[in-house]
Amino acid sequence: MPLVEVHDVHKSFGDLEVLKGVSFDVRQGEVVCIIGPSGSGKSTLIRCINGLNNIQQGSIKVEGQEVNDPNLNLLELRKKVGIVFQQYNLFPHKTALENVMMAPVKVLKEPKKEVEERARALIAKVRLGGKEDVYPGHLSGGQQQRVAIARSLAMRPDVMLFDEVTAALDPETVKEVLLTIKELAAEGMTCILVTHEMGFAREVADHVYFTDRGVIVEHGPPEELFTRAKDERTQRFLSQVV
Amino acid sequence: MKTVRPFRIDAEALSSFLPSRAIRGWQGLLLLGIFLASLAAAQAQGVAAPQTPSAIATLIEWMPFILKGFVLNLVMSFLAMGIATVLGIALGMLQLSHSRLLRAPAWIITHLFRNSPWLVILFVVMLLVPFEVELPGGRNLILSDWIKATIAFSLPVMANVSEIVRGAIVSIPRGQWESAESLAFTRGQTLRWIILPQCVKRAIPPWMNWYALLAMATPMASILGVREAVGNAQAAMEAAGARPELLVPFYLFLLLLFFAYIYPISIWTRAIERKYAVET
Ligand SMILES: Nc1ncnc2c1ncn2[C@@H]1O[C@H](COP(=O)(O)OP(=O)(O)OP(=O)(O)O)[C@@H](O)[C@H]1O
Ligand SMILES: [Mg+2]
Repeated sequence: MPLVEVHDVHKSFGDLEVLKGVSFDVRQGEVVCIIGPSGSGKSTLIRCINGLNNIQQGSIKVEGQEVNDPNLNLLELRKKVGIVFQQYNLFPHKTALENVMMAPVKVLKEPKKEVEERARALIAKVRLGGKEDVYPGHLSGGQQQRVAIARSLAMRPDVMLFDEVTAALDPETVKEVLLTIKELAAEGMTCILVTHEMGFAREVADHVYFTDRGVIVEHGPPEELFTRAKDERTQRFLSQVV
Repeated sequence: MKTVRPFRIDAEALSSFLPSRAIRGWQGLLLLGIFLASLAAAQAQGVAAPQTPSAIATLIEWMPFILKGFVLNLVMSFLAMGIATVLGIALGMLQLSHSRLLRAPAWIITHLFRNSPWLVILFVVMLLVPFEVELPGGRNLILSDWIKATIAFSLPVMANVSEIVRGAIVSIPRGQWESAESLAFTRGQTLRWIILPQCVKRAIPPWMNWYALLAMATPMASILGVREAVGNAQAAMEAAGARPELLVPFYLFLLLLFFAYIYPISIWTRAIERKYAVET
């Protein structure tokens, strides 16, 4: 059974239909990249997977749990699905360590000591050992983004969503964030990434989806999609970004 | 001419200083200087009429009585601020409720009390709130005038705290709500742990400003006969024979009394404002 099943998803904001019947599956341990022009609905799509956006039609299942369900247990869903945003969105009034510890302690009510141990290990894992007590305002964009990744991981999710997490970063710090994600993928974390980093997508992705105007135009393994795209729209997009 | 009405001129000079938020240390000293000069002048006048005690002697005699009244000003300001803060925070959050049924009344209450003269609110509360209320236990609670005045003063401040809180909450970027939501925080938990703590810094300076305004408004209670500093000063002047030459020294003393209390608060507020401006 796939970990994430997206089936015929339709999503509108008022009269604007942003997703027009999107379907795809993500298996356990798979790394999936979603690429496509600005405004094609990539962010909307992955935000639907953890219920940040609701959908009007279709079905999204995470480990068999239906997301498009009025009686959805949001807590259960969000324990399973972690998300990292372009703008990091760290809590500015909390240190790096506190940012990572907060949700497990306040929401899951796990014992503080245990959580702290885990949080310190996660901060070390994203190569920020020594920055535990620093406030986000004193960290670089890349460092903040890695704290945001650690913060998500502290909930022990089964799948991680990344929405253009390097788009707001300086070129020098992009690499360190991509490295963190690469390591995560190598450890077997299921990842769904929206990205403009084609080289990175090619390197880490098991499967790439090209979206345009609310539909998946074409998909396939990266070497296939990046070198032998069949659809004219895909070819045009790739020739522009690569 | 100069000797006949020396106080009147000084009083005008003083009152022109008062509304300004830009009073600095040297201006405070200047105020003190003017006050002392006025007292000296009052003393000189007193000498001219040896059969009655001088104005300044009368003032000194009644000072403890006025200061006792001032304690009531402080008590009213503390209580009113406490009520205003608790209710204002709740009202501010209700203004942002998803439910129209909660949002609409919160909005109406906030804007009603924000946009009415305090004096009118004071009269309305005096007239509408009963002198006695029956407690559930069967006992009666006496609502004396100073308690009613405290309630009245708390209302406009509550409304302004409500706006401060609402403004601070909406100034927090949407991304904070979203990342909290994706970490499984409920709306209430997000407010409690993430949004409100970030609001505190932004809200403290305006909150302190409103406290200063509130403390300065408490003498309005004297109109209704509450024995606070101004009411007591008036009663003292009455008792001392209602001599016109008492007016200026007594009111200047009140001015200085309130100034000595409020001015440090306003300096402190500005210091905090600067500190937070640097930090963010
Ligand atoms: N909350 C919203 N309300 C109304 N319209 C929205 C909302 N969020 C997104 N949209 C619209 O939906 C469309 C798709 O937006 P989305 O952010 O999903 O695109 P995207 O593929 O992520 O683009 P980008 O690469 O620029 O991030 C856009 O036209 C956008 O204006
Ligand atoms: Mg996007």
